[in-house]
Amino acid sequence: MRARVFVTLKPSVFDPQGRTIVDALHSLGYQNVADVRQGKYFELDLATTERARAEQLAAEVADKVLANPVIESYRIEVD
Amino acid sequence: MTFGIVVFPGSNCDEDAFHAAKDVFGQEAEYLWHKDADLKGADVLILPGGFAHGDYLRTGAMARFSPIMAPVKAFAERGGPVLGICNGFQILLESGLLPGAMLRNKGLKYRCEHVHLRVEQTDTPFTSAATAGQVLTIPIGHGEGNYFAPPDMLKQIEANRQVVLRYTDPAGRIDDASNPNGSVNAIAALCNDARNVVGMMPHPERACEALLGGVDGRVIFDSIIETFRSAESLTLQPAVVGRSASLSGERAR
Repeated sequence: MRARVFVTLKPSVFDPQGRTIVDALHSLGYQNVADVRQGKYFELDLATTERARAEQLAAEVADKVLANPVIESYRIEVD
Repeated sequence: MTFGIVVFPGSNCDEDAFHAAKDVFGQEAEYLWHKDADLKGADVLILPGGFAHGDYLRTGAMARFSPIMAPVKAFAERGGPVLGICNGFQILLESGLLPGAMLRNKGLKYRCEHVHLRVEQTDTPFTSAATAGQVLTIPIGHGEGNYFAPPDMLKQIEANRQVVLRYTDPAGRIDDASNPNGSVNAIAALCNDARNVVGMMPHPERACEALLGGVDGRVIFDSIIETFRSAESLTLQPAVVGRSASLSGERAR
């Protein structure tokens, strides 16, 4: 199965890169882009056919390595 | 005393730290390759600056899994003195030996300049020769030194007096203009609860010789050498300095 992991800074954590991007968009005239938060995206190729096992494995890997729980949170999609 | 300088693939301040320990301060120094499991009898460990493992994923995130980190952790937990400089500080945060995390610098710029630092705590093995309130001028060079801790963690860090150095103006006053990266509470250096593990973004090893533009980094080396010397005169088992480490710096995972 394949898992997609989206890692983003927690809402309470300032994102200097997202701020710079939204400032650039505003200077290009995209005033209707209210905010940008930058994150990371991972595709995991998992050697299992069980959905529950795949979700568990992806969460474990995200907890241990892909995200730093002090500043980041993550979301997982499995198919 | 013997300095153990940990070398990761991508470390680039290892030779500066080695030079300071060996040539400037006349101590023994050994390089410890990240795949080694032996600390070669080191009395103090330095995790130097650089870009360990290319800073892939997050700064310090991959270095945490290097084989040397198991004995480094065990050494720290026994109370052995460990100093993380710049990328070494980031590695200590990622490995849970110090609390908190690093974000990109607030202005996104890589900041490479001399900064002013106020000494906040002198009861660590790396600041014992300094005076509280003393202002040091030491260079920084980093893109990701914006220290962050969530409010509860920060409260505990301040309550435990774990902030060792803060960015200030030349007179020792905290203001936004003197904070080069946006660190919360102007934190430039931090110790663990047991005070034997210290992480700092500034580079003391680059400020030990007048020829290099300043000698304010010497007090960090003087502190650890003096701490070791007085521990040695008190006991014949000098390898362990400081109180026994607690795990309170460990990140909840």
